[in-house]
Amino acid sequence: MTTAESLDALTVPAARASGCPFDPAPSVERARQTDPVIRATLWDGSSCWLVTRHQDVREVLGDPRFSADATRPGFPFLTQGLRELVGRNPTFIRMDDPDHARLRRMLTADFMVKKVEAMRPEVQRMADDLLDRMTDGRTSADLVSEFALPLPSLVICLLLGVPYEDHAFFQDRSRVLLSLRSTGDEVRTSMDELLEYLTRLAESKQGAPDDGIVSRLVARGELDFTEIAAMGRLLLIAGHETTANMTALSVLALLRNPDQLARLRDDSSLVKGAVEELLRYLTIIHNGVPRIATEDVTVGGRTIRAGEGVLCTVNTANRDEDVFPGGDSLDVGRDARRHVAFGFGVHQCLGQPLARVELQIAVETLLRRLPGLRLDIPFEDVPFRHDMGIYGVHALPVAW
Amino acid sequence: MRVHADQEKCCGAGSCVLSAPDVFDQREEDGIVIVLDAQPPAELHEAVREAAAICPAAAISVS
Ligand code: HEM
Ligand code: SF4
Repeated sequence: MTTAESLDALTVPAARASGCPFDPAPSVERARQTDPVIRATLWDGSSCWLVTRHQDVREVLGDPRFSADATRPGFPFLTQGLRELVGRNPTFIRMDDPDHARLRRMLTADFMVKKVEAMRPEVQRMADDLLDRMTDGRTSADLVSEFALPLPSLVICLLLGVPYEDHAFFQDRSRVLLSLRSTGDEVRTSMDELLEYLTRLAESKQGAPDDGIVSRLVARGELDFTEIAAMGRLLLIAGHETTANMTALSVLALLRNPDQLARLRDDSSLVKGAVEELLRYLTIIHNGVPRIATEDVTVGGRTIRAGEGVLCTVNTANRDEDVFPGGDSLDVGRDARRHVAFGFGVHQCLGQPLARVELQIAVETLLRRLPGLRLDIPFEDVPFRHDMGIYGVHALPVAW
Repeated sequence: MRVHADQEKCCGAGSCVLSAPDVFDQREEDGIVIVLDAQPPAELHEAVREAAAICPAAAISVS
């Protein structure tokens, strides 16, 4: 490999191969096979390490010597916007313990398995209502805007105590925050608007408490309104964009793998396992989970020095043949529970029990109610979210 | 088999509960792990080992 090629091969975010929209970028996949802990150049010219194998990703994300604190010099940022936001209203996703644990533990009860499982009937009703509306007198629709996005938005609004009527506002601001193309100014404005909105919401709960998370954080009295707003912002964004994209991408992946779709239709007991497999196969956090070394640490035979940034490419880790034989194909019968689509270590996704319930209900309900579901545009025309930090599709025209 | 869960390390995302619901649960007040059955019967051992393997916080140990 020439120098020019190797530099070119490891620019991040890396491009996927055309025609293979479900597979990680070939340059990073190649690295996993030949040079699994490797230097890469970020969009801004800075460099960082890519950690690409399953075992190494678990090691880094499980090791407190790798910090999630984005204010440390040298922290790798995937966009201009993220870099500009450093230090402004940080949330626990970019903090280390003990601060991270103290804040996260204020929310763990709300997302624990029992609590979320108890929400199934409510989530099912929401899914059915959305499908009633989508199919009413029609035979085609955009699955993203009519089902995949509103379902998790409704759920997270209910949990937080945010009025769903405001969804156009926060969905738009989230889009700006997650776009790789947004400028620093655009990101700052959106962030400020969201924070202002949530601060006012938190203030309003003081006189009129309800059962939502925002209201309970206010009642708890340990955080000020700005801190509560920052937490609310994290949950609001993490809570709807992720599941929405996973839902739409899952449907598309199943439509492209009709044998797997048929297995799932024939045996709905496969749904739980199939959702884990879809999380693994699609891994929507496709540009990596960022950390920075606080000490010299050897990973996969390479020494990562204190102060060097690391991106754990969970999408390639989830294709690691050592853990998932035949991992480049979708197999709804596979035991995929060891996937790292939700990350690993103490920052592993707080909302994963909720995401699982939403995805299981969404997939099961769609397959059951729309037996003739099909893509309504040529596959080549599907607008994939190459431009976003969370992968997925901008729209998914379907017919039934 | 003896199962131990470290409540200090636990980050409460509940993967263990999904893998082995007869052995693990989460505390009502903060979602932190509790062990329901510290000496589970043989038929649950595999599920417990899987729970230990997927626990993101390395909070579960089996001896
Ligand atoms: C399919 C859906 C989802 C995926 C793939 C996903 C993925 C992730 C990943 C990879 C992380 C780790 C980030 C890191 O280590 O730096 C994370 C953290 C987080 N996620 Fe999710 N997520 C999903 C759904 C949700 C939902 C529905 C919620 C909430 C309502 C949520 C809330 C959070 C929060 C609060 C964190 C930060 C946890 C911490 O730092 O301790 N996520 N998610
Ligand atoms: S899997 Fe580990 S971190 Fe998660 S709840 Fe169980 S013990 Fe806690």
